[in-house]
Amino acid sequence: MSVEFFRDVAKPVIAGFGITARRLKRQKVTVMYPEQKREQYPRTRWRHVLKRYDSGLEKCIGCSLCAGACPARCIYVEAAENTDEARFSAGERYAVRYEINMIRCIFCGYCQDACPTGAIVLQKDFELADYHRADFVYTKERLLEPLPMRP
Amino acid sequence: MPKRVETIVLHDSSTPVLGDTQKGGNVVLTSVDALLNAARSNSLWPLTFGLACCAIEMMSTAASRFDISRFGSEAFRATPRQADVMIIAGRLSKKMAPVLRQIYDQMPEPKWVISMGACASSGGVYNNYAIVQGADQVVPVDVYVPGCPPSPDALIYGVMKLQQKIRGRRVRSVSEIGLSELVFPRKKDSEVVA
Repeated sequence: MSVEFFRDVAKPVIAGFGITARRLKRQKVTVMYPEQKREQYPRTRWRHVLKRYDSGLEKCIGCSLCAGACPARCIYVEAAENTDEARFSAGERYAVRYEINMIRCIFCGYCQDACPTGAIVLQKDFELADYHRADFVYTKERLLEPLPMRP
Repeated sequence: MPKRVETIVLHDSSTPVLGDTQKGGNVVLTSVDALLNAARSNSLWPLTFGLACCAIEMMSTAASRFDISRFGSEAFRATPRQADVMIIAGRLSKKMAPVLRQIYDQMPEPKWVISMGACASSGGVYNNYAIVQGADQVVPVDVYVPGCPPSPDALIYGVMKLQQKIRGRRVRSVSEIGLSELVFPRKKDSEVVA
């Protein structure tokens, strides 16, 4: 066992394992994702949700300002007039069709900024991956939040 | 020196490639399915195909905070010959498309493709003359992951979706398992004469 062996082989190996041993005492940083989800940052923007008022009326008035603000041109809005028999939103008009191409959307949040009634909100549900392109066109039924529970 | 013979198999999105969920099955191979699918789905080695900013998120997916090795995908391969899944991370320009196709063809079967991010999946904001509007125009894509860029956990969710897809597969013939190559090994390159 020569001095060179200790200096060139054994010492670096021991030093290397020493770093590993010191690391073992630290807290682990891994987020065990499917079981445990990390806390999203407050301004995280993911899946869109169309909001309702507490009365159950839709906030969206079909003005298409979100579609105009969208840099990816992934929002399509078709508006129609509300009538007294069929009233969907609080304004004069409502969105008959509201579609977002989720695969083209870049989640910039400009639609949320442009919306005058706060109807479209980007929330924190990030699990959007899917198998087919056609499934990524989110229709109004999928985007609209469910009716509030009646007391 | 004898020429090496290569067979080039061309796919398009409508071609049922291995890796697609296929109906039908085989009574003899019924329980091999589960074993084979478990082995394949839990050792998906990705091909590093970072094209743009999505690649940064792909790299951080491999880092310790999210740790894609918990799903058996830590071995990012730089060569298509050793990769199972191609993660297209970033916008695919029309100039890059033939390269992507060639690398996809060089991957051994079974192979899968994850299209990561808005640009790779659909072109995203780059609706212009330079960018392919969706990587599925070039290669058959199995899982689309939306986002700009998708966060590491969103990509891991995409990998999990792909694992679910692989577990649903059915083996249709003995040759698909590849055991025949063990019994009758392929001829070496030097023996193949054009």
